[in-house]
Amino acid sequence: MATTDKEVNELIKREYEHGFVTEIEADTFEPGLNEDVIARLSAIKKEPEWMLEWRLKAYRRWLEMDEPDWAHVGYPKIDYNSISYYSAPKRKEDMPQSLDEVDPELLKTYEKLGIPLHEREKLAGVAVDAVFDSVSVATTFKEPLAKAGVIFCSISEAVRDYPELVQKYLGTVVPHGDNFFAGLNSAVFSDGTFVYVPKGVRCPMELSTYFRINAANTGQFERTLIIADEGSYVSYLEGCTAPMRDENQLHAAVVELVALDDAQIKYSTVQNWYPGDEEGKGGIYNFVTKRGACIGKNSKISWTQVETGSAVTWKYPSCVLRGENSVGEFYSVALTHNYQQADTGTKMIHLGKNTRSTIISKGISAGKSSNAYRGLVKFGPGAEGARNFTQCDSLLIGDRCGAHTFPYIESKNKSAIVEHEATTSKVSDEQMFLCRQRGIDPEQAVSMIVNGFCKEVFKELPMEFAVEAGKLLEVSLEGSVG
Amino acid sequence: MLSIKNLHASVEGKEILKGINLEIKAGEVHAIMGPNGSGKSTLSQVLAGNEAFEVTEGEVTLNGENLLDLETEERAREGIFLAFQYPVEIPGVSNLQFLRTAVNAMRKHRGEEEMNAAEFMKLAKEVSKQVDLDPSFLKRGVNEGFSGGEKKRNEIMQALLLQPKLAILDETDSGLDIDALKVVSDGVNALRSEDRAILMVTHYQRLLNHIVPDYVHVLAGGKIIKSGGRELALELEEKGYGWLGIKDEETADSAAN
Repeated sequence: MATTDKEVNELIKREYEHGFVTEIEADTFEPGLNEDVIARLSAIKKEPEWMLEWRLKAYRRWLEMDEPDWAHVGYPKIDYNSISYYSAPKRKEDMPQSLDEVDPELLKTYEKLGIPLHEREKLAGVAVDAVFDSVSVATTFKEPLAKAGVIFCSISEAVRDYPELVQKYLGTVVPHGDNFFAGLNSAVFSDGTFVYVPKGVRCPMELSTYFRINAANTGQFERTLIIADEGSYVSYLEGCTAPMRDENQLHAAVVELVALDDAQIKYSTVQNWYPGDEEGKGGIYNFVTKRGACIGKNSKISWTQVETGSAVTWKYPSCVLRGENSVGEFYSVALTHNYQQADTGTKMIHLGKNTRSTIISKGISAGKSSNAYRGLVKFGPGAEGARNFTQCDSLLIGDRCGAHTFPYIESKNKSAIVEHEATTSKVSDEQMFLCRQRGIDPEQAVSMIVNGFCKEVFKELPMEFAVEAGKLLEVSLEGSVG
Repeated sequence: MLSIKNLHASVEGKEILKGINLEIKAGEVHAIMGPNGSGKSTLSQVLAGNEAFEVTEGEVTLNGENLLDLETEERAREGIFLAFQYPVEIPGVSNLQFLRTAVNAMRKHRGEEEMNAAEFMKLAKEVSKQVDLDPSFLKRGVNEGFSGGEKKRNEIMQALLLQPKLAILDETDSGLDIDALKVVSDGVNALRSEDRAILMVTHYQRLLNHIVPDYVHVLAGGKIIKSGGRELALELEEKGYGWLGIKDEETADSAAN
């Protein structure tokens, strides 16, 4: 009915909150990509020889690869030579030794984003690594974490300070040749987060990275590596925002998780990159490869994502369940609005005996957006007694958006069990009328209905972030009543 | 309190209400009876502000204020409550959250402080007992998996919580067994007060044995064709709608009830 459409449209029209630009002097590479650029990048980061070799190998491989075109998204061809591959705020010498040395403009930026980095105002119980364009600018709570034996630092530091760990695991979950964007990332990744949780340690606080793209014409290529050693546990959260710009910007990250015997990794994402304007101009291309390997027995990796931003999202956080009895989980809320396009889902690769996986995907489409779930559940010959449960629900707001589901199932083991459920529903006029008849604002009604739809996923998020995620949905839905 | 003058309304270009006139004063209980398709439900939907219906002529005022100028939610905050014939489900949104949001929207409108979760929980538990709903229903999704009778009781619970000025009950008796009818009627009777009016829309007389109206109106073909007191309903029960020259395929059933 006319009412609902009008209301939803108004809801969705709300403006992007994090669209400001920080005026800061930066060292930025000229656009373009070749071996010299990679060598310069590696030199700036004072990387050891092996790291440069690794990058160059990836670059040469990437040159031979083709950009994937199978996703249910459309965007103009990207000119990879028109992107700057490094931009970092200028600073006096080397890395800042403490927060006092961090440029106040940067601290202000993060404060404005609700991520205070200053000692006295730090988020209680959450350690933050702040990545600004191509570099990590600050990491909080390093000392108490070090006491527990947990390494939490930028990947650049890890390459220098913990080369054995990095060399042992980097690229083992997402190798160079995995896909086009992962190959590009391996060649040019500039920063990201490194986490190592030693044997038997339960990480004493939530770890998080806050990614901010600021500079124009740059890409952000972060790389995150998290290793949970035997019997350890870690919960990690990432958040992302970017200024509003008319041109599209590329974000091609790689995240690798490794869980050894009896280890657990909980990885949560609240992605709010600039989605572009109402006409579909600008916004981030979010082409991300995230994968976790449950290599140990009884290990568990759980992905929870709330995706509300980006012009185009291409992202499939996955689990390779190698260890016996290992568990993979994927909980996702993906919301698209205006001209946003999302092709997202997961891959659960069951290799070990009695491996189990759960997939709960909630897609919400509004405006003229397109939202696709794409998931692969695969059982190898050794996946005796393995099982998967998949539930994909789509919610449509208005009548000009689209929702698609592309489930793939491959089984090479007869004992494996897979269950798949899918539903599509609309925010109905009747629901809106009921809420409004009880005195509830249309905006609040839509957000309440959508939050209800996402409940199963939100309950997987760490407490503080579940509230944030709810609010974020509300903001992202502004102008969607229509 | 409520004054309806020459109200015409249509849906998808088809005129359903063809000139309704009705005056309801505070403290009164009015029943609108009529066969299927007479426009009973349309009248309740139009008063509550369902925008699927277009008002083409006439006026409606609530305590002197033009109701037709107000949005659905504004009418609700002014005290119009509609108990739905077919309450819709809102999966994943708990009844408690839904009700608290509604109650607080009203309180905010009246300039009162919002109720916190604990205060509201206490109040909601009391009211749920009044309509014989187990408090566990508060934690379930709005109408999610409720039986027909539970949905109706849930509607009356909402009326008791929101304390409206004008409660419109749309076929609240349909689909209820005799015990549930008693519970729902007790709830509605608890709503009766000097400063509140109740408008009941029903096909059958039996509800009026439990909630005794002050006035009964017969709606047919989009117009009120007869008004009277309680006895009019009894006469209808005895003689059927045919007595008034109205065709109704369910008249026989209604007489049987």
